[in-house]
Amino acid sequence: MSVNTFAVAAQSADLLFPLRILLKETQYELARLLRSRAYSLSVIGFPIMFYLIFGLANRGKPAALYLIAGYTCMGVVSACLFGIGLVLAMERAQGWLDLKRASPMPRFAYIGAKMVSSAAFGLIIATLLILLGTTLGGITVSATQAAALAGVAIAGSIPFAAMGFLIAYLIPPNAGPGIINLIYLPLSFASGFWMPVSMLPHWLQAVAPALPSYHLAQIAFASVGLAPAAGMALHWAVLGGFTLLMLVAAWITFLRSEAQA
Amino acid sequence: MSMTLTPHRAVAAPPAARTDATAASPTPASSVVTSPVITTSDAKSSVATLQGVIKRYGKTEALRGLDLTLRRGEVAALLGPNGAGKTTAVRLLLGLISPDEGRVCVLGRDPRTSSARTRIGAMLQVARVPETLLVREHIALFRSYYPRPLPAAEVVRSAGLEGIENRKFGDLSGGQRQRVLFALALCGDPDLVVLDEPTVGMDLQSRRRLWDEVRARAASGKSVLLTTHYLEEADALASRVVVIDKGRVIREGTPSEIKHGVSGRRIRCVTRLDSEQVRALPSVLSVQGDRDALVIYADRPEDVVRRLLLEDDSLHGLEVCAAPLEDAFLALTGGNTAQA
Repeated sequence: MSVNTFAVAAQSADLLFPLRILLKETQYELARLLRSRAYSLSVIGFPIMFYLIFGLANRGKPAALYLIAGYTCMGVVSACLFGIGLVLAMERAQGWLDLKRASPMPRFAYIGAKMVSSAAFGLIIATLLILLGTTLGGITVSATQAAALAGVAIAGSIPFAAMGFLIAYLIPPNAGPGIINLIYLPLSFASGFWMPVSMLPHWLQAVAPALPSYHLAQIAFASVGLAPAAGMALHWAVLGGFTLLMLVAAWITFLRSEAQA
Repeated sequence: MSMTLTPHRAVAAPPAARTDATAASPTPASSVVTSPVITTSDAKSSVATLQGVIKRYGKTEALRGLDLTLRRGEVAALLGPNGAGKTTAVRLLLGLISPDEGRVCVLGRDPRTSSARTRIGAMLQVARVPETLLVREHIALFRSYYPRPLPAAEVVRSAGLEGIENRKFGDLSGGQRQRVLFALALCGDPDLVVLDEPTVGMDLQSRRRLWDEVRARAASGKSVLLTTHYLEEADALASRVVVIDKGRVIREGTPSEIKHGVSGRRIRCVTRLDSEQVRALPSVLSVQGDRDALVIYADRPEDVVRRLLLEDDSLHGLEVCAAPLEDAFLALTGGNTAQA
């Protein structure tokens, strides 16, 4: 075997090597999710389809702008819960995660690739919705507003990615899609992704501020000028706290599952 | 029969050390270990060890004091019935789980360290692999984990994936999928390859090709541990077979040692004697009913046959043969499946 003589001595700088793995891992995670029709169609397809129906029905009205921000939030939450929660739950159950863990792949590369991919899907959805709104929807979105919404999509994916990691260790993978829909659809509705919270039943209006997704929506609405920018610090603080809570819970569940293994 | 008869690289020990070792004690195996000369070379040639490993899942003990040593350049087969602890042993070696008691050491390190993982390749039973990635993308990703990977073309050739590099994993047949998983185990050009049931679902040609590759790796000084249900596979491939049952090693040796020296001979005959009486005969290892006959495993078949003929003049249909590996295996592990 002339194996060793052929092996390129690609002894790379120690710092760059793990980063390159993260990059490769992210590249293929994204490629794999984009190519998976079940995932792309539901995560990207639903917000776009909803916008074509409800956004365009309100052509030129504030609601057409409102729904860009609302459906972006919906896209962000579903990209994280399905793209991380469901995918990781399946990979755990099917043994793929074990094979990855037995390899020298650094853990942060695996986690990082999933987080970056979810953020990328959020970004894709925000971009498509802004394009749809400004062309067919008859509304104007300034470059600053577009950039701000894109930023919200990326930053907003962090708390829900953390929630995705927790869900992945809690749900039985076979019932995964059902359970995630049971979380994400009521969350979307009660947080004002689809219609202003003020139009919801009173008791739901009272519950909404307790939901992290409500605060994400408020930030998204403010980014396109539909809400006062005043109370943003509180909304960010809630999302930050929620992220910490999810990460701690995910870490505890992860350690417990390791201990049982 | 000594447990250390494993054929591995000849140890270039000075003749004096050898004579000393053998002269010191009637059991050469144990004295060899205490000899300083051999100890160093033994440490060098040992690739992975499990020492007195106990692993519990809740109340059930999956492994109860398992000892296992893998040596450089050997192909070892871990054989055992379902639930014997094969997969648990593999998962320990890969650092996917940790032992409740005992020690696991791979290439001189804890298997959970990345420096150990860089030198191990694993093929596990994976129910589903991301299906929308191409074969060459899967290989590219796994190669990126290693500082000095095997060239992609070499991986493709070794696993017999020529011509399907650009197919999506989801479009592959069962055998092709197994070959991709095998390829992933080779990506890092590892010193130790661990294969958990590697040829399940493979056609004969793919299987032979994997065997050839495993032999080639062993010939170049790398080690391979495989678990298998196919006794034929262990027989054809392994330089050493380790039979485990109920979480313990019950026998180890070359395939022929397992077949001949270890489980003795297989005697089949039709007799009036019942199996309890036969079991009481000297050197009898096990007795099973097979239709109207009894199948007896014994270390000294001549003694058993002499007694059988003496005690039953109606005895007929007598056969004595070396047990095939499958029979030896069933005899060792209780043989329940033979009667089923």
